[in-house]
Amino acid sequence: MNRLARELVHRMEALKNKVNELLESGGIAGFLGLRNFGTEPFPFLFTRDTAAEVDKITTGAVRYPLSKILIRIAAVYPDAIFGIMCRACDERAIIELCKNSKLRSDKVITIGISCTDDLVQACKCENPQPSNLVSGEAGKKEFDRSDVQKIASMTLEQRFDFWTEQLGKCIKCYGCRNICPVCFCDVCTLEDQPLVKRGEIPPELPSFHLTRAYHMAGRCVDCGLCEEACPVDIPLRTLYRRVRESVKELLDYLPGEERDKVPPIQVLGDGLFEIRD
Amino acid sequence: MHYECIPTTCTYCGCGCLVVLQVLDGHLVGVLPGKTNPVNEGSLCIKGWTSHEFVYSEKRLKNPLVKKNGVFVETSWEDALDTVARNLKKIKEESGADSIAALASAKCTNEENYLMQKLMRATIGTNNIDHCARL
Repeated sequence: MNRLARELVHRMEALKNKVNELLESGGIAGFLGLRNFGTEPFPFLFTRDTAAEVDKITTGAVRYPLSKILIRIAAVYPDAIFGIMCRACDERAIIELCKNSKLRSDKVITIGISCTDDLVQACKCENPQPSNLVSGEAGKKEFDRSDVQKIASMTLEQRFDFWTEQLGKCIKCYGCRNICPVCFCDVCTLEDQPLVKRGEIPPELPSFHLTRAYHMAGRCVDCGLCEEACPVDIPLRTLYRRVRESVKELLDYLPGEERDKVPPIQVLGDGLFEIRD
Repeated sequence: MHYECIPTTCTYCGCGCLVVLQVLDGHLVGVLPGKTNPVNEGSLCIKGWTSHEFVYSEKRLKNPLVKKNGVFVETSWEDALDTVARNLKKIKEESGADSIAALASAKCTNEENYLMQKLMRATIGTNNIDHCARL
């Protein structure tokens, strides 16, 4: 067994022990993670009633939007405390969701999982280091902004042509919005008629995608699930990364990285209009 | 308190995308695209993303309806199938097998579609068989 395989087995055992310990002590009502269904990992809520399933827990090589799933469960059980398997991107999303009152930080216990070097590289992850790691060491930072730089180096005309071609592929599946852990509104502008006509693809260019990009300002945690879910491979993450950088430059805020800082978009003017519960 | 995901195949077209049904306390609450399937590789179209919505729809037909005196009336499957068989027989006798056509559906399985064409060709005796995608 090579070093990586040994580490994975060790990590899985440590996770099982941790989940069992939390469930038995009553510290949590349920643990949201991945369970092998056959040989494939899917999201599952481990509870005391389903403790036997903990044996099938896995960290998996694929990512599902666990934090978004937790919003749905926590809405039904607002007083329960939940544990959740957290990669660094999940944790960033949870931090933003708590700030937006979609989750309560005193009701969520994050159990950090380090990503394999392969996954970190594939994700070009800015910061693959979750807190409260269950075992092992966090992956090394691999931040690579060559995608943003490549587009920044184009002339305005080239850039416009590039995005018109890319966004023109859109089949309006709403997958980017549906999978996004920080897209949580009850009413979505992208379904607002007559702003967005029904039954028409591609949607109006570039307003449809820029509307979503604006809404990502101060929220996007750069997890890249949107791009993974896009059936036509639009480089959405590059677009939202640029928005993320703009928010950092203009408002000195990196969503998901600063636990105690009030998101700038939540405060208007002198702060009198701060969004509260 | 129970939340689990059930992998299954999207019912909308012949592609066969892996959809993951999210079940919370016995209720279907949403779908996710399957990440491990070589067909859709973590993506879905808008129909796949909303493929759970019809399940609890108030507009969903739960019983067969037969039109009697111009109005649809709920009835049993036995009665509905008898009505269809009786009328198909009558039409075939009066106007011939080629006066009947059938449209199968991409929402059905391969096996169900095979049976539909078998019914039309072997039982009714016509090649008038097509599918909903050409409507």
